[in-house]
Amino acid sequence: MSDSTTVANNALAEEHHEHPSYQRHHFETVDQQFDATNFAMWLFLLTEIMFFGGLFVAYMIMRNWYYPAFVEGSHQLSIFWGTANTAVLIISSFTMAMSVWSAEVRRKGLLLLFLCLTFLFGLVFLGIKGIEWHEKWEKFHVPGLRYSEQAFLNPASDPEVYKEYHDQPLSPDMAQKTQEYFFLYFAMTGMHALHMLIGVSILVFMIIRAKHGAYTSGHVTFVENFGLYWHFVDIIWIYLFALLYLISRH
Amino acid sequence: MSAATILSLPDQSTARIPKMNFITKENGLLSWLLTSDHKRIATLYLISITFFFFIGGALAGLIRLELLTPQSDLMAADTYNKVFSMHGLIMVFFFLVPSVPATIGNFLVPMMVGAKDLALPKINLLSWYLYVIAGIMMIYTMAVGGVDTGWTFTTPLSTHYLNTHVVSAALSVFVAGFSSILTGLNFIVTIHKMRCPGMTWFRLPLFLWSNYAAAILMVLGTPVLAITLTLVALERVFHIGVFDPAFGGDPLLFQHLFWFYSHPAVYIMILPGFGVISEVVSTFSRKRVFGYTAVAFSSVAIAVFAFFVWAHHMFIMGISNYAALVFSLLTMMVAVPSAIKIFNWSFTLYKGSVTFETPMLYSIGFMGLFTIGGMTGVFLGSTGTDIHLTETYFVVAHFHFVMVGGMLMAFLSGIHFWWPKWTGRMYPEKISQLAALITFIGFNLTFFPQFILGTLGMPRRYAAYPPEFQVLNVFSTAGATVLGVGYLLPILYLTWSLKYGAIAGDNPWQATGLEWQTQSPPLTENFAEIPIMDHEAYDYEWLEKQNRARQQQEEVV
Amino acid sequence: MDHISPVLWQFLDKWLEHFQLYPPEASKIAPQMDALYFFMVLVSLVGLTIVTLLIVAFSILYNKKRHPHAVQIEGSTLLEATWTIIPLGIFLVIFVWGALLYFRIYTPPANAMNIYVVGKQWMWKIEHPGGQHEINALHIPTGQPIQLTIISQDVFHSFSIPAFRVKREAIPGRYTSAWFEATTPGTYHLFCTQYCGTNHSQMIGEVVVMTPDDFKKWLAGSTSGNSLAMDGERLFASLSCNACHNSRPDARGPNLVNVYDSSLTLSTGQTVTADDAYLRQAILNPSQNITQGYSPIMPTYQGQVSEEGVIALVEYIKNLDSDYRVQETLNTTDIPPNETAPSPGQKPAAQKEVKP
Ligand code: HEA
Ligand code: HEA
Ligand code: HEC
Ligand code: CUA
Ligand SMILES: [Cu+2]
Repeated sequence: MSDSTTVANNALAEEHHEHPSYQRHHFETVDQQFDATNFAMWLFLLTEIMFFGGLFVAYMIMRNWYYPAFVEGSHQLSIFWGTANTAVLIISSFTMAMSVWSAEVRRKGLLLLFLCLTFLFGLVFLGIKGIEWHEKWEKFHVPGLRYSEQAFLNPASDPEVYKEYHDQPLSPDMAQKTQEYFFLYFAMTGMHALHMLIGVSILVFMIIRAKHGAYTSGHVTFVENFGLYWHFVDIIWIYLFALLYLISRH
Repeated sequence: MSAATILSLPDQSTARIPKMNFITKENGLLSWLLTSDHKRIATLYLISITFFFFIGGALAGLIRLELLTPQSDLMAADTYNKVFSMHGLIMVFFFLVPSVPATIGNFLVPMMVGAKDLALPKINLLSWYLYVIAGIMMIYTMAVGGVDTGWTFTTPLSTHYLNTHVVSAALSVFVAGFSSILTGLNFIVTIHKMRCPGMTWFRLPLFLWSNYAAAILMVLGTPVLAITLTLVALERVFHIGVFDPAFGGDPLLFQHLFWFYSHPAVYIMILPGFGVISEVVSTFSRKRVFGYTAVAFSSVAIAVFAFFVWAHHMFIMGISNYAALVFSLLTMMVAVPSAIKIFNWSFTLYKGSVTFETPMLYSIGFMGLFTIGGMTGVFLGSTGTDIHLTETYFVVAHFHFVMVGGMLMAFLSGIHFWWPKWTGRMYPEKISQLAALITFIGFNLTFFPQFILGTLGMPRRYAAYPPEFQVLNVFSTAGATVLGVGYLLPILYLTWSLKYGAIAGDNPWQATGLEWQTQSPPLTENFAEIPIMDHEAYDYEWLEKQNRARQQQEEVV
Repeated sequence: MDHISPVLWQFLDKWLEHFQLYPPEASKIAPQMDALYFFMVLVSLVGLTIVTLLIVAFSILYNKKRHPHAVQIEGSTLLEATWTIIPLGIFLVIFVWGALLYFRIYTPPANAMNIYVVGKQWMWKIEHPGGQHEINALHIPTGQPIQLTIISQDVFHSFSIPAFRVKREAIPGRYTSAWFEATTPGTYHLFCTQYCGTNHSQMIGEVVVMTPDDFKKWLAGSTSGNSLAMDGERLFASLSCNACHNSRPDARGPNLVNVYDSSLTLSTGQTVTADDAYLRQAILNPSQNITQGYSPIMPTYQGQVSEEGVIALVEYIKNLDSDYRVQETLNTTDIPPNETAPSPGQKPAAQKEVKP
């Protein structure tokens, strides 16, 4: 503790000349700055968990009530695209981790490469999500805007899905509840996609800054914290994938 | 009363406000709007919440005027509904939640831990901008016709049966929520990571403990409100959703999610106030807070228990009897730490050397009114009596006692207490004592009759009511007028004091906190050099030693 | 006193004359509730007095003038333990007492007479078992436990009778219930206490408590000729429920006789009790719970029957185990002779004695 005070006093006396340029004036040491921002990021992620938590609770309750509707609703999702997207995100998590590493070892070229890759995978994810949503639109599975219960009242009318699952027809009142499933599907994946979108935008910003050598001079906090965010969004997706796509397969 | 005083003002003929301070550092509107100085942001917050308080207060005035007579004659029923909804929304989300934390807390947290600023100054500014955006959205909502859901947004009423501006109101609260999340986050990080050398956890002023507890609630509770309101907005826009029974949704799910935030929110609204009371009572008794650890941990206990009592707002709503049992029991548990605090504060006076400046008067008012408010909370927490009292004016009286009699009193106490630090000038003592007295009397006249009204069965949110309730309502309206005067006075004399108040000096109250060891108003960096905490919190003997040393030095010079 | 406005004076005068601190106690539970209430008032007063006394006494004794130098005290574990444990103890007493009351109010006795309440924006609709309909009014006899089965057809409402100290939320899509036994004839307030939109404050009415004799007269005077169950039977036929539920061996639906209050095994293997709520769900959302041995062929009647219709159907199904016709014609003009005798349609075993 005592040496940190000396540093502080020196700093005041010499008007910040001893600090690396990225140290904000109100921190005593770089370590403190790093610690504080990192801790803040974890807290923020905690907030995010509570945020998605509300959706998960709603999903669990509704699924419990309207089990058949949720099962047949989830049969409408494409496991192929879902798996592909999961893979894309996991790879992007890897490239993100590599970006952090590149920043730490101060390799600007590598950092740029990995950031661009992460950005690219982020876009691919959103693209695939777009394809999936578009398919829902085509199949009249957008509750509130464009919805038809046909595929659940008469599963054979949707041969592709029928071939695979041989679903029983749902009774009309249960078929109506598939809307709940798709409402939650859109709310959850939409909220997740929004987080991806924010992430991708920040990536653009980071790539531009990285070009100017911002993160390769020893100050990697921002990259590291963004990495945490990116991994978090990834983990949320894995939960969504499990809940929306996987648990209803049999 | 005021004969005995601890005020130690510098010699007014020679004293001057330090040339260099956070107010004079830079000039121009932009230097304020783009500042990252927590003290300037606190000032911005102070101005904005005062603005919203007066809007909310004017709406309260309208409520009371309407309730002067049994018929809904001043305004139509739906106007009345909008008025009380906007009153509740504005008072809760735009005044009380940010009141102590975002103004006094923002101003003090870094100084109390001995830091130059909050850990994330830009985030702090962002939080103020979010607040302003949310505020503008709320004013927009009001301008285009308002919203009449009540502050609780009850579904399916809010989602399908009203054609007022629910979506913009919900989004406004959503944004305000993020503003409060960011403030909470900043506090937690600052208290964890920015403490000056020697500032151990158990040397923290109690103000920090209680703001820390409140910050935890903000960070963990508010996001749930955000997602809930998002779902309400989605449901309203797309006519499908998880709360709508017509589609198989569950309206009780909304209640659970809403109160999961809004119960902790009531402690967000009171805990920072507790912190103010600890500081004030200690200072004006010249004594350590009785049982520091108990007071500190009771804040944390409240924060923890607060998350497990939400269903006490739903006792009659068809939750299972056994769930009601559990939530009632936990409600009793959460009441105990508050009782501990009240008694500890009372005993802080014991063998002290007590004086009664305005902050102390407000604090004493707080202790009395909060005890009443809190005890009536226990009436409501007891399942049996809640059946009779819920959704009546008893509840209205309960929460105004804790929110207005509690938190608002604490806020005023804090504003007066730290005013000299903030502005470098004293407020006028006599008239402010008078204002405190007027507030206290007006408050009781306004809200005490409402307990009786509630017991008699008068339902809340009624634009018209059976005539036999009129007399008590007339008392209440009369009280509100007195109360309005009580709140108008501080605005006037505090503004006056900005120019004409006596120069305060560094430490007019002879208090021990780090914030009093620096000049008033403080430098932008708060301290000329980073302080070292070498004594316990509220160590008045240390302060005396300090003063003696300084005197000797001056004599030598 | 002529400077006080005469109007104000008048009603002050009137108010002082009728001054009251709590509403009339017109039900059996009311005095019990008030006992707890006043216990809590007492506790609060004592607590408040203690806090006030402490503050005032210390303020005087340790005023700066009298006591210029503070004595620093850390705290006292003993004292702190005292004011942790004593309030906790008191709160626990309040908790237990309150919980006992709560369970009493929300657990109807078996012999209660069931009255249905439907809330809608902005009125209360009340259905007596004898087929009497009321709007914004509830007529009941003294000395007879009354169970309310409450539901809302739109938003949340809340059915509140302050004089009985009873209140229960009316929730869209699910039944809630409460009960009371009125003791004093008279007219009392009926409020909707949950905010329900524009005319929330107009959703009021009156509860008329009558002596059993008067009530009998009232029932006879306001009968529509049909009991609620008879309405239900008619609906049952017109919605062609009996196409499937007809007790024939080849019936596609289960036999509904005696189904009420029985325990059913669902296709998921769960067992449920067929209470009012279950019957309602079975009609509106049949596929949510499929009874074992049947296929989910029953169509939903959501949107085709009103809440009152559902109530009539439920009442009909409840009474299928007895010769309800005889019962109900008796009961449109009759109420059970005393408390211990069962009311219609509750316990099959008890019905036998009334059968011809
Ligand atoms: C600042 C805000 C605040 C605070 C601090 C509290 C504190 C408490 N509240 Fe309150 N409450 C609200 C704001 C607040 N409340 C609001 C806004 C509503 C209405 C929402 C709406 O519907 O619009 C509400 C509603 C509300 C309800 C629901 C009522 C209903 O709708 O049916 C309940 C029920 O349990 C309750 C209970 C409590 C309890 C037990 C406490 C406890 O924390 C109180 C603890 C304090 C004490 C107990 C006092 C100190 C004790 C002593 C000094 C001891 C006395 C001595 C002895 C016993 C010997 N509150
Ligand atoms: C922080 C919270 C807060 C604060 C400070 C207040 C302050 C006041 N409140 Fe409020 N109130 C709520 C939070 C708060 N309220 C909430 C959450 C609800 C529930 C809403 C709902 O049901 O959804 C509510 C509901 C509520 C009701 C019940 C409405 C109903 O159920 O029908 C009433 C009725 O008396 C009331 C009155 C008052 C009064 C007289 C004040 C006074 O303390 C205010 C005094 C202040 C002033 C008067 C302003 C200062 C003076 C001027 C600006 C001069 C100009 C004055 C006039 C034009 C009169 N409030
Ligand atoms: C097409 C045939 C059909 C019609 C018409 C029909 N039901 Fe059913 N009903 C069934 C079947 C099959 C079941 C059992 C499977 C289930 O629980 O859904 C059932 C179950 C029930 C149950 C639950 C009791 C139990 O044992 O599970 C009730 C109550 C009921 N029906 C009432 C009605 C009412 C009232 C109507 C008319 C408004 C009606 N039914 C019309 C076929 C029908
Ligand atoms: Cu119905 Cu209020
Ligand atoms: Cu609460």
